[in-house]
Amino acid sequence: MARSATDAREDERASIPAPKSPRGLVEIDGGARLTPIQWIERRMLSRPLIGPIAVLVFALIVFSIVSPNFGTLQNFSLILQQVQVIAMLGIAQTLIILTAGIDLSVAAVMLLAQVVMGKLAVAMGLPPELALVLGILVGVACGAINGLIVTKLNIPPFIATLGTLSIFYALNIFLSGGESVPYADVPGLFTWLGTGFQVLGTTFTFGQVLTILMFLVFAYILRSTAWGTHIYAVGDNLEAARLSGIRVNRVLMSVYIVAGLIIGVTAWLLIGRIGSISPTAGASYNLASITAVVIGGTSLFGGRGRIMGTLLGAVIVGVFSSGLSLAGFDNLWQEFTIGILIIGAVAVDQRLRKIGR
Amino acid sequence: MNVRTRSIVAATAAGAMLLLGLSGCAGASSANSGEPLVGLIIKTQDNPFYVKMTDGAKTEAASLGFNLQVASGDGQSDVDSQIKAIENFTAQGAKAILITPAGDGIVPAIKKAQQAGIVVFAMDSPLGEGSGVDGTFATDNKLAGELVGEWAKAALGSTPARIATLDLSTDQIPVDVARNQGFLEGFGIDLADPTKMWDENDPRLIGHEVTDANEAGGRTGMEKLLQKDPTINLVYTINEPTAAGAYQAVVAAGLQGAITIVSVDGGCPGVTNVKQGIIAATSMQFPLEMSKQALQAVKAYLADGTKPQNSEGLDFTNTGVTLITDKPQQGVDSEDTTFGLDKCWG
Repeated sequence: MARSATDAREDERASIPAPKSPRGLVEIDGGARLTPIQWIERRMLSRPLIGPIAVLVFALIVFSIVSPNFGTLQNFSLILQQVQVIAMLGIAQTLIILTAGIDLSVAAVMLLAQVVMGKLAVAMGLPPELALVLGILVGVACGAINGLIVTKLNIPPFIATLGTLSIFYALNIFLSGGESVPYADVPGLFTWLGTGFQVLGTTFTFGQVLTILMFLVFAYILRSTAWGTHIYAVGDNLEAARLSGIRVNRVLMSVYIVAGLIIGVTAWLLIGRIGSISPTAGASYNLASITAVVIGGTSLFGGRGRIMGTLLGAVIVGVFSSGLSLAGFDNLWQEFTIGILIIGAVAVDQRLRKIGR
Repeated sequence: MNVRTRSIVAATAAGAMLLLGLSGCAGASSANSGEPLVGLIIKTQDNPFYVKMTDGAKTEAASLGFNLQVASGDGQSDVDSQIKAIENFTAQGAKAILITPAGDGIVPAIKKAQQAGIVVFAMDSPLGEGSGVDGTFATDNKLAGELVGEWAKAALGSTPARIATLDLSTDQIPVDVARNQGFLEGFGIDLADPTKMWDENDPRLIGHEVTDANEAGGRTGMEKLLQKDPTINLVYTINEPTAAGAYQAVVAAGLQGAITIVSVDGGCPGVTNVKQGIIAATSMQFPLEMSKQALQAVKAYLADGTKPQNSEGLDFTNTGVTLITDKPQQGVDSEDTTFGLDKCWG
């Protein structure tokens, strides 16, 4: 008690000069000495992808120098294959985070959707095309459930999706019995996205192409459609958006449903990637998708960010993972580095938010 | 107001349904309450290994006349939920508890249950010396690794080995270490410290990656290893889902036929993959035997206080491990996939 009283007194004393310059910190930062940094910050504010691109280019150069096997086209294709599922989940995650929400259930929805695909096609003998569509619709339904909980029950997205994470994962385990469908039993259509073509002696998969296309499509939608503008508006300031006539709940609902659709398609991508239908492969991608979004420079507080940043974020994680592994670092240090990147990215975001005001 | 009213109605309805559901369950389980209560605590329900173990326990309990109740932890290493389950079974007056320990952290809870007069057997994961459990029924994971190691040695013959391992995690957890070190020992590689993975210095070892023991981790791990060194010709995997993922990477690199993948577990999808030639050989473990033998030990203990004997040289009762392959090697005992598909779990 005595101690905190002293602290309080010290705080008072420290704040005595405050009346003179109540925004002291800002003024110090605004001093001529820091102008180059300020210049960079201004640039980053208008072009949010500068940060992630700089990190990526830096990592590519360093790892190419350190390990001879790193800087090959084959390895870049591999890295993209390794992160494509997280990147696709990241599209869904970005849409939701742009509305100042968050979705902790993306991977659980993906697993549930692909297990349903497997159940329908393999155990019940439905045509694979139909099973695929129904599986994707499971994703849409899960997204709609998340959206309803957020908009109708007025439960914050963090809590809503924390709950549905458990629910969807439990359903996934219930339906699959925790068991994988082995490669031999999986229909060819399901693994098609894992197949590909050769360019310059390097294998590229249809899954990679689909991932890139999805990013381009959603980059266009977010930039050039009314729906995209509304997403930013809702995330930036919900009340202001409501007052300016945007039907906020309708926008939120549509975002969760579209996210569910993307996740349903990602389930297909996952099967192509791993060759079997597994109820556990990728269970950790809930947080990995958020990591990609954050490293990509999208603000967790909503309203600011670029969908292409998420692709960069996912690729950055893949580049560090591959590069550190090829350089002989233990897997432990990959985790460690990702942690630093996350904190660095959020620190930059906080700084930019302050300036942006 | 309207929205709020509606949400209250929805929440009330959901709550009522939940209560109805729960009371339905309680009604079902109290039906045979005259029989001695045995609590089975598994690690997680997202692994068919434990599902099969539970199925086996239910069948055996019915024939031995026990009232079996099952609780599950929240994950492979979630000790806390298992402690709660032990406390709950103690409060319910269980005579015996069978548990697949998620970690050493449950030992104090086990001791408390024993003080309350409950006999406690561990399954699947030995808790080690000093844990004070009344018996343990588990797979000899070191032996499981040794079998695939010996098989791989014979199968490779005079071809110089280029070995990679796809392990579970960086945490050096017991099952991960036992299988990895068993494999290397079976192959004839000096282990350095046999309680640690990755401290070996043999030039035949090319590298290792951790995989979370699932398909996605297996594929990415294998891709990284092949990027490091495409001359790898033998891969040990912590379990069969990991092996299935690794195989996808091998196919993508166009190296099928050049790389031999071995594994451990004995799940049905895994044995199917052995039959397909995706996995060359796997060591099968027997979860049904674990719960069966543990329940028989409960019966014996409740009758006259006898406790199970540990297998020779081990601090647990070995419930058996069998090498499954369609390419038998001289000097290494194995069964084929017909046997495997008959005995596999999950």
